[in-house]
Amino acid sequence: MSGPTPTTSHPSAPAGDELRAQKIAFLVMVAIIAIAPAVVYPIFMMKVMCFALFACAFNLLIGFGGLLSFGHAMFLGSAGYVSAHAAKAWGLTPELAILCGTLAACGIAFVSGLLAIRRQGIYFAMITLALAQMIFFFCLQAPFTGGEDGIQAVPRGKLFGLIDLSNIVAMYIVVAVIFLGGFLLIFRIVHSPFGHVLKAIRENEARATSLGYDTDRYKLAAYILSGAIAGLAGATKALVFQLASLTDVHWTMSGEVVLMTLLGGLGTIFGPVVGAAVIITMQNYLAQFGAWVTIIQGVIFVICVLAFRRGIIGEIAHALKKSL
Amino acid sequence: MEIFGVPSQALFGQLLIGLINGSFYALLSLGLAVIFGLLNIINFTHGAQYMLGAFCAYLLLNNLGIGYWWSLALAPIIVGITGVIIERTMLSKLYKLDHLYGLLLTFGLALIIQGLFRNEFGSSGLPYRIPQELQGAQNLGFMFLPNYRAWVIVVSLVVCLATWYVIERTKLGAYLRAATENPQLVQAFGINVPRMITLTYGFGVALAAFAGVMAAPIYQVNPLMGADLIIVVFAVVVIGGMGSIMGAIVTGFGLGIIEGLTKVFYPEASNTVIFVIMAIVLMFKPAGLFGTQK
Repeated sequence: MSGPTPTTSHPSAPAGDELRAQKIAFLVMVAIIAIAPAVVYPIFMMKVMCFALFACAFNLLIGFGGLLSFGHAMFLGSAGYVSAHAAKAWGLTPELAILCGTLAACGIAFVSGLLAIRRQGIYFAMITLALAQMIFFFCLQAPFTGGEDGIQAVPRGKLFGLIDLSNIVAMYIVVAVIFLGGFLLIFRIVHSPFGHVLKAIRENEARATSLGYDTDRYKLAAYILSGAIAGLAGATKALVFQLASLTDVHWTMSGEVVLMTLLGGLGTIFGPVVGAAVIITMQNYLAQFGAWVTIIQGVIFVICVLAFRRGIIGEIAHALKKSL
Repeated sequence: MEIFGVPSQALFGQLLIGLINGSFYALLSLGLAVIFGLLNIINFTHGAQYMLGAFCAYLLLNNLGIGYWWSLALAPIIVGITGVIIERTMLSKLYKLDHLYGLLLTFGLALIIQGLFRNEFGSSGLPYRIPQELQGAQNLGFMFLPNYRAWVIVVSLVVCLATWYVIERTKLGAYLRAATENPQLVQAFGINVPRMITLTYGFGVALAAFAGVMAAPIYQVNPLMGADLIIVVFAVVVIGGMGSIMGAIVTGFGLGIIEGLTKVFYPEASNTVIFVIMAIVLMFKPAGLFGTQK
């Protein structure tokens, strides 16, 4: 496979310089997260962070593993349901509820991953889409998910039994910590030996196999990591909005995360964050126009694929000759 | 009369619905397989194009007074032409890239088309009457068979088998199969491969539109009628494997029937049974029942 990602790394640039650019970008991002609540609604920023983490998790799989999943909503949505149920019905504290959601996504990723990695490329996309649709119908019919209503009025609870998360500042800090933690984890994975093997598999799977790597195990591991982090995003989102609903597990959500990542830049570190911010902002402002949001998203898809394959961050990185 | 503890009326009724759904699965997965064979693209717009076929028939009837029979011929041609335009202006730019970009582009197009129609017509279904000649039903002794449903099953079988015949048994089909194997070589023999690719895409799209016209009187004409259907058809394609035309037809009908039977014996699973079968097939035969691993 030629690799679906326009790679933006420049081997000629010294590694220290690369890392410095990324450090600066990271600090800018932290600063924006710190200042933004003064300008925009905190709840909006929390939504952006949840989706940014979701997109980053998705990007780990496509951007660095070369696997296009069209079913990532199954992790976001099911983790949301499990954590909402854990917080509401079992009365668990938020950190445990989020842990439950993440573990559930992990389990789903393990089972679906075993099936999906048996095929590659387009088939992988179709299989993940079909499996996600199966999870959707399960969530629609299962007794604890509340069908069309979803799980509403999920209590945010007290973090570690101490800090009341109905306080918006506390909630904001928790979401920011989860987002930045997840982001750094992905950053670490990408730059680890594991991440390099993953990129090698993306570039040339046969070669990686001949070098003695069990490529299926690497792909499965990447898939599970991606699913678990996506689940973390979904579980957090359920607590922020105090709601777990079918929207998060529907195939349109799987499409949205593809769009966010594509728009921001496939295979870039910061691209998914920017892509998520742009798409969420757009949805926010165009919400009253109904179906036009879908149409505009479709148009962005078409433009990105035909003329803008590097994405926003990819283009910036290309212009600066740096990897972001 | 009861069979396995189920009233035979219900059993045959669901079997019929299964056969009808199977007809559409077969027609749609056939179109996908034909397109994939030559373009190596999974046409995500297929569901939207199926919907376009139904809307085309609806608009022809309500604006120009053109009835079902003409629509059956006109709608596939009209939608097929839009397919040709899409292939020429957009898809053809992507052949040198990874095939996933084709999937993403067609997904975006599906969003646009479905969004536009939802804006214009809302998301509630619009009725389309069964043509006069096909109204009524036959009493088969053990059940009533509505004429239109029998017509759908027969016609889709005929169309599927005709497509199979053209591709597997005629000279045109031989060119097509040769171009699937090795487009450069076929082009070197003086065959205009790019035009063949364009027409193939147009034909695949026309098949989807044809299915849409056939579906209009059974399901309501709805902007989202193809959106969920296409995911099931993807699963059908994964189960059958993309290698063979006959495989697409057989799995399409077969899975429709299995889905119908599930509705009788274990209704809770009727939505998911095809996906479960897909998972099982992937475990034992990753290339699909009729496929060959490329």
